[in-house]
Amino acid sequence: MADHNASKVLDLKGLPCPMPVVKISQEIGTVKVGEVIEVHTTDPGSLSDFPAWAKTTGNEVLETRQGDGIIQIFVKRLK
Amino acid sequence: MSADLAIQLSELKQKVEQMEPGKQNKLAMVVFSGDLDKLLAAMIIATGAAAMGMKVVQFFTFWGTAALRNPGAEANGKDFMSKMFGWMLPNGRNKVKLSKMNMGGMGTVMMKNLMKKKNAPSLDQLFDIAAQLGVEIKICEMSMDLMGFKHEEMIDYPNLEYVGVATFLAHARESTNQLFI
Repeated sequence: MADHNASKVLDLKGLPCPMPVVKISQEIGTVKVGEVIEVHTTDPGSLSDFPAWAKTTGNEVLETRQGDGIIQIFVKRLK
Repeated sequence: MSADLAIQLSELKQKVEQMEPGKQNKLAMVVFSGDLDKLLAAMIIATGAAAMGMKVVQFFTFWGTAALRNPGAEANGKDFMSKMFGWMLPNGRNKVKLSKMNMGGMGTVMMKNLMKKKNAPSLDQLFDIAAQLGVEIKICEMSMDLMGFKHEEMIDYPNLEYVGVATFLAHARESTNQLFI
């Protein structure tokens, strides 16, 4: 599967709410517009929280993958 | 004539602003409760909102003010009632109790242990994150006075401010979201 050419991997395993969205909001500014961050999380709430965060902040969730209790989320910085 | 127009324009702007309150992407939150569970909810929502790109302003009032006491700080010149309140109210955020199932403090200890096990952020961590994300904290001056707290007894937090109800209302009416916790 394509890895969306992520320029950064963010390991948020074991961190519960609200840390995943706090971390992505702090990290999104560290990549350039158009670049992708690959997030690894174990928080099931992230499945709905990341799209909600992206919609509000004007960024994009490209893909979400689940497996082995770990959720992979690909976030693209749009602005 | 142009001066006239300028005045008319500014009056018009004011009217439009009054007709369209709540347009700023902002959360104005009253933190009235001094309970651990409700403070956790307040801080999680505040940090979450800041992460969502919202401006967040929290107003701590009544029982909530006790959670902002700095246990290491002392104030001189307090009267008898203020000292009594000082002894009876929680001395800072790490002394607050659950609103339910406290069971003489056992419930609170159990909840804190559970949170540690589940890696859930503590109030200490949440206040740190809030400060990093620029969450503004304002304290109700009248509650401070009622409880007998002095400014030098409160926590170090960036740009902590002591305000009245009008400040909250001014923020609330221009915010898209308002909460009372």
